[in-house]
Amino acid sequence: MAGHSTYVPQSAGAKWLESRLPVISLIRGSFVDFPTPKNLNYWWTFGGILAVMLVAQILTGVVLVMHYTPSTAAAFDSVEHIMRDVNFGWMLRYLHANGASMFFIAVYIHIFRGMYYGSYKAPREISWILGVIIFLIMMGTAFMGYVLPWGQMSFWGATVITNLFSAIPLVGEAIRTWLWGGFAVDNPTLNRFFSLHYLLPFMLVGIVILHVWAFHTTGNNNPTGVQPKSKQDTVPFHPYYTIKDLFAIIVFMILFSWFAFYAPNYMGHPDNYIEANPMVTPAHIVPEWYFLPFYAILRAIPDKLGGVLAMFGAIAVLFILPWLDTSKVRSGSYRPLFKQFFWLFAICAVALGYLGAMPAEGIYVILSRIFTAYYFAHFLIILPLLGLLEKPLPLPASISEAVLKGGSGKPAGAVAAPEIK
Amino acid sequence: MSTMIKMVRVLTAAAALAVAAPAFAAGEGPHVERQSWSFAGPFGTFDRAQLQRGFKIYREVCSSCHSLRLVKFRNLAEEGGLGYSEDQVKAIAAEYTVEDGPDDAGDMFERPAVSSDAFPSPFPNENAARASNGGAYPPDFSLLAKARAAHRGFPWFVFDAFTQYQELGPDYIYGLLTGYEEAPEGVEVPAGKYYNPHYLSGNAIGMAPPLSDELVEYEDGTPETLEQYSKDVSAFMMWAAEPHMEARKKIGFRVMVFLIFFAGLLYFTKKKLWKNVEH
Repeated sequence: MAGHSTYVPQSAGAKWLESRLPVISLIRGSFVDFPTPKNLNYWWTFGGILAVMLVAQILTGVVLVMHYTPSTAAAFDSVEHIMRDVNFGWMLRYLHANGASMFFIAVYIHIFRGMYYGSYKAPREISWILGVIIFLIMMGTAFMGYVLPWGQMSFWGATVITNLFSAIPLVGEAIRTWLWGGFAVDNPTLNRFFSLHYLLPFMLVGIVILHVWAFHTTGNNNPTGVQPKSKQDTVPFHPYYTIKDLFAIIVFMILFSWFAFYAPNYMGHPDNYIEANPMVTPAHIVPEWYFLPFYAILRAIPDKLGGVLAMFGAIAVLFILPWLDTSKVRSGSYRPLFKQFFWLFAICAVALGYLGAMPAEGIYVILSRIFTAYYFAHFLIILPLLGLLEKPLPLPASISEAVLKGGSGKPAGAVAAPEIK
Repeated sequence: MSTMIKMVRVLTAAAALAVAAPAFAAGEGPHVERQSWSFAGPFGTFDRAQLQRGFKIYREVCSSCHSLRLVKFRNLAEEGGLGYSEDQVKAIAAEYTVEDGPDDAGDMFERPAVSSDAFPSPFPNENAARASNGGAYPPDFSLLAKARAAHRGFPWFVFDAFTQYQELGPDYIYGLLTGYEEAPEGVEVPAGKYYNPHYLSGNAIGMAPPLSDELVEYEDGTPETLEQYSKDVSAFMMWAAEPHMEARKKIGFRVMVFLIFFAGLLYFTKKKLWKNVEH
């Protein structure tokens, strides 16, 4: 990282610092002089967007905590106190709540970008695995955050999800009691969720640093999937990608503001404006939208333990994705068959999201099973076979060659994909 | 820019589908007729006269069973609220009695409410409320306009993301208040319940039709009809649930103008920077 910097300290102060802690050259090597492929398209800006969202969530969250009371007796009212009495409290809370949704929109796009361009393949497996860990911790953080306002969906969502652990043979019940800190979702549960909801984002920051470190060691992937061969293939990160990322971040903020200021409850559930009541079960318990595909997989399996295994398996399979995809070609742009299966998989994921919001009955159950089967088939059958059967298109000799041919690394006559410049 | 446009297209289609799913969680539920509200849309503001009329209905009719525990008297005079002066609010508060204490002797005592007090609830607790209402619990009004999961269904929820339709709550309340009718042939309504096909949890509701023509006197010449009453009280409930809505939309507009302008500047800066890089 620092090795990419040609920085030589000039001022006395910089020399003093640099000889003791080379932090200036580290930062310059990572975010200023860092050689970045010049053909990255806008799908690559979501990494920067995610970094900004993480910081935004931490900042709004830290201030919200100054006004929030983690107790079953006071949590709901303290959130309303934030909404009504705290100066701009409504803004903080709406930014934080919608920020979570925006975070997931960005992370899903980021993951699908990695899948399309084969960013998980050698030598970037560690970066990918760290990314999946980030995704998992994000899900845990978001789930526990949703419990904090102590509304009906908070309570019943927490009840449904923690109950899943009781499906584990022998020790399930004990684990559930241990998670709850008692014999039902109650004050101890709320308190530990609050504690972890505050802790995990800082762990995320640490893993994000590792994630970036890993792909800064291997270099960024790019739309051609071909490693940079010469200096002509790259540009320094600053100013080229700082400005491009910043532009994308601001455009993303427009979408964020659209919801936070004009439709702040669009992505939430109305029942969460009813205080938690253990005696009244809502007509339909639905998790937040970003969990719906996994919720659909959970409910698709008729057996409780099987459903839980399938749900966690749906994420676990991502860990071994680098070894399931047998193709030597990274970028989907040069894989005519893979490209079609990629979009089928994307449709499958959205369909599962839709089914997760539907009641588990009739045709919805059947469709959930079909799409769940396809989800796993994509990873366990289609990807391993495709690499062996598919005949990829010829790869460009270098990024520069691909760029000069027109289009970002797309051979002439290839099917249009959304990444074309 | 064409990448951006394409991306936006792909993303909006996918995101709208995925994001909005909970809004239509279950297919069934009453059909909710859309009403026109002064507070709808990006520039919507509350109609002060309407809020004051709605508040009058709350005070004279609803408040005998429904609490409003999260709203404080001072909120009535705050910006974006009902438009009362602080003195008017003091006078309104003084009409209510709240329990305070304990005093020096350790006793609870009653006193007239002041601006900083919340609206006192008609019943001391949920059990008392149920006991007085045939087992049904009249829900608190503070958040009701945001807390009713009436469903829009596919494909409407997708459009809602673009049209910023956020008035399902007041639309539902209006539909419920104006929706009482004779039970159709063959529908059994339990004793003490009333037939209302616009009710979210079944057709029989525990609340007797609360409003009717000429029930509450309006001083400003507004028609004293069930429809008008229902609209006014629904608007008031929306304000009670979202008292800073006007500020939110106003600030939102400024944020949008700034972000769009800033994004434009960044776009051209980026274009200039990248001009000599083949990419």
